[in-house]
Amino acid sequence: MNPAESTDTAAAGDDLTQRVLRIIAETQRKDPSQVTINSSFEELGIDSMDGVNIVFALENEFNVNVPDEEVKNIRSVRDMVEGVRRLVEQGNAGQSSAAPATS
Amino acid sequence: MRRVVVTGIGVICAAGRSREEFLQSLRLGRTGITRIEGAEIFDLRFRCGGEVKSFVATDHMTPKAADMIDRFAQFALVAAQQAVAHSGIEFTPALRDSAAIVTGSCVGGQTTENTGFYDVYKLGRTRVHPMTIPKTMANAGASAISLEYGITGPSFTISTACSSSAHAIGQAFIMIRSGMCDFAIGGGSEAPFSYGILKAWEAMRVVSPTVCRPFSRDRNGMVLGEGAAMLTVELLEHALARGARPIAEIVGFGMSADAHHITQPSAEGASKALRMALKDAGIGPEQVGYVNAHGTGTTVNDATETKALHLAFGAHAPKLAISSTKAMHGHTLGAAGAIESTAAILALTNDFVPPTINFSERDPECDLDYVPNCARPASFEYALSNSFAFGGLNAVLAFRRI
Repeated sequence: MNPAESTDTAAAGDDLTQRVLRIIAETQRKDPSQVTINSSFEELGIDSMDGVNIVFALENEFNVNVPDEEVKNIRSVRDMVEGVRRLVEQGNAGQSSAAPATS
Repeated sequence: MRRVVVTGIGVICAAGRSREEFLQSLRLGRTGITRIEGAEIFDLRFRCGGEVKSFVATDHMTPKAADMIDRFAQFALVAAQQAVAHSGIEFTPALRDSAAIVTGSCVGGQTTENTGFYDVYKLGRTRVHPMTIPKTMANAGASAISLEYGITGPSFTISTACSSSAHAIGQAFIMIRSGMCDFAIGGGSEAPFSYGILKAWEAMRVVSPTVCRPFSRDRNGMVLGEGAAMLTVELLEHALARGARPIAEIVGFGMSADAHHITQPSAEGASKALRMALKDAGIGPEQVGYVNAHGTGTTVNDATETKALHLAFGAHAPKLAISSTKAMHGHTLGAAGAIESTAAILALTNDFVPPTINFSERDPECDLDYVPNCARPASFEYALSNSFAFGGLNAVLAFRRI
């Protein structure tokens, strides 16, 4: 990992972002330096089946469930990072709040 | 030129357990898709499937015979029994010696396999049922038919995912046309309803959480189905000599490979199979009246298939009646080509076009005539059945009215 790669946004350097980038690189068999927060799927040669495979790996890594509808709308690495962040935050909120509110 | 005809039809699926019931469903636009009952669905994101409800194998075979084969092979045998009865064929020693059997299946007896693996992996048992291997093998349907009738001619199974049974019927057609044999049973069967397989389909994110709406703008995926269809395929002279009445003629078979992507379809590959079927049949695009589409109800398939139809049919494409009957029986995978060929033949011989049900809204990417929601009276000479498989292997069959 080379945090210096992601200089464009403050968020790009955080741990969650780095984990998402690493998983995308691993599942796509790419050098981690090729995958940045600003990479589009087109640039990385990621098609819809690749997208489904990446989401599977992210679901396992972060212990979240990504709905089918959300997967259809993901177009870029940034979409993936933001989507995972949202789900992780929702998941954390769900765990910390009292049961009746969420179940 | 050796002409090849269909003399018997057998079908069992969610939209009908016999030729007559299936014909009724096709005419009425009646769906057999309901909440899945035959498998645990626990946490699955989809709840519906095209099941053959209340199927009792022992209504069709001895308890001992039923125990020896998986549900997918039971369906194959039941469809073959129907087709053989419909054809009126009598198996003489000479016919048994020469007749062929070609079946298609995508996943084989995976329910049986899952059960065995569950026993050892999950339950920690030390033994798996001894019939697990022969019940799981994809050729179990062909073998069951061979045993039923004592057929000892060329018999085998083709597995090309969702094109399996279209390739199987096409192979039976080619074998008869080439002079290898005069009579064959061709078709396919599938029984994919068990939790492990359903989870695998869920993971692909191509199954609709609600309803299968082929070619409709709001389509959101396919719905799985189970069942079988078998045709008795026969040399025209052979059928006439025994006083049989041919139902329809098989006139063309087109095959191609996309060489494009393991799951994404290609309009070029599909249109090539369509063109080859027309060429093999020796007919022009304008002679075709009906196409039973692959029409899975996924965003990508239906748009790509539409593009393929435009490429193959040109100016005639908008005049075609096109429908996907999958919204009535589900995507039956290895049985799809055979069940949908049966739908095409029943349409051809009963002067109507089955509808694409659940159609709610036109999609600019699907701009042809999909016969939305209601069957339509129509008389035409040629009908096609499209099958386009994962892995990019395509098969198109062409049928002619007799």
